[in-house]
Amino acid sequence: MQHSKNTNEVDRTRPIALARKAITALVVMALTGILGWTVWTLPPYSDRMQNLVATHLPISGVENPVTAVLLNFRGYDTLLEIGVLLLAAVGVLSLAPTQVVPAETAPQRIQMLLLRLLPFIVIVAAYLLWVGKYAPGGAFQAGAVLAAGGVLLVTSAVRFNQLTIQSIPISLSIGLLTFLAVALATMIGGGNFLQYPLPWASMLILIIEAAATISIAVILTILFLGRKPDGEYPPKTNGG
Amino acid sequence: MTISLLYALVGVVLLGMGLYRLVIDPHLVKKILALNISGAGVFLFLVAVADRTPGFEPDPVPHAMVLTGIVVAVSATAVALGLVGRIREIKGTAEFSENEPE
Repeated sequence: MQHSKNTNEVDRTRPIALARKAITALVVMALTGILGWTVWTLPPYSDRMQNLVATHLPISGVENPVTAVLLNFRGYDTLLEIGVLLLAAVGVLSLAPTQVVPAETAPQRIQMLLLRLLPFIVIVAAYLLWVGKYAPGGAFQAGAVLAAGGVLLVTSAVRFNQLTIQSIPISLSIGLLTFLAVALATMIGGGNFLQYPLPWASMLILIIEAAATISIAVILTILFLGRKPDGEYPPKTNGG
Repeated sequence: MTISLLYALVGVVLLGMGLYRLVIDPHLVKKILALNISGAGVFLFLVAVADRTPGFEPDPVPHAMVLTGIVVAVSATAVALGLVGRIREIKGTAEFSENEPE
């Protein structure tokens, strides 16, 4: 992804740059052509995984096949994914600029609008979380909607109270921690890692998704902002 | 040709466009944008291919993969942008052309 920065090549001229573009274009076009041809000649019908999911759906604890794959059949992927999110948030926080000039707080009417909008955002997120059991929805959709509210809050430079600021590490990691706790509990209960006992599967998935929703929302907001949100006046001088 | 196949082909074209720009553009932010366009192409491709049999439910496995992929792509983009911000802070620019001296 990085350019090689050869200082002895400062005399590179325009034709070379053009040739480089042409070669890149040719390679990319060849790749695109091969991929396109592969897509064109794909067998029109493949249902192996689909059937696997369909036959195992009754023991997954949910009725939406996508949720079943995400939280049950391939729960391990989702566990790692929440770990990736947490790592990204930690990475962004540690790359955050050390000196930030606090932004002007948004005009009063925008803040009023926000206050009226936020309850709806929370309701929509809760609905998406709940509906994920049997229809498209779930932790990621709900978390993204909540994060939209978070982004609105931070872009209008709303100050959060100290309790909110101090609870950020908890809200960042609660999704991963809950997921891990459930995974370990299923092992202690005699099953395998992340193998939910059937009577509990539905409830366990909902608990994991609820915790994940909170973490996803806070993490996405921080990824957008690129640093810790501002606390109340006077702005605390923090080191990230 | 089904509509899903068309979407899949559009996904492949997006992937190609993104890859080209990723290699050619000297600006790091544009490289990140290009990578995201490539990613969008891959996601579009996966979602479309999962639904290529008319009259059948879409395959949920690629859909779950895309959902995971989007989240990972967002995370990677955020970290990359954080890095670019830092590079710009230190170097004064985020554009690194091979034709120009530093």
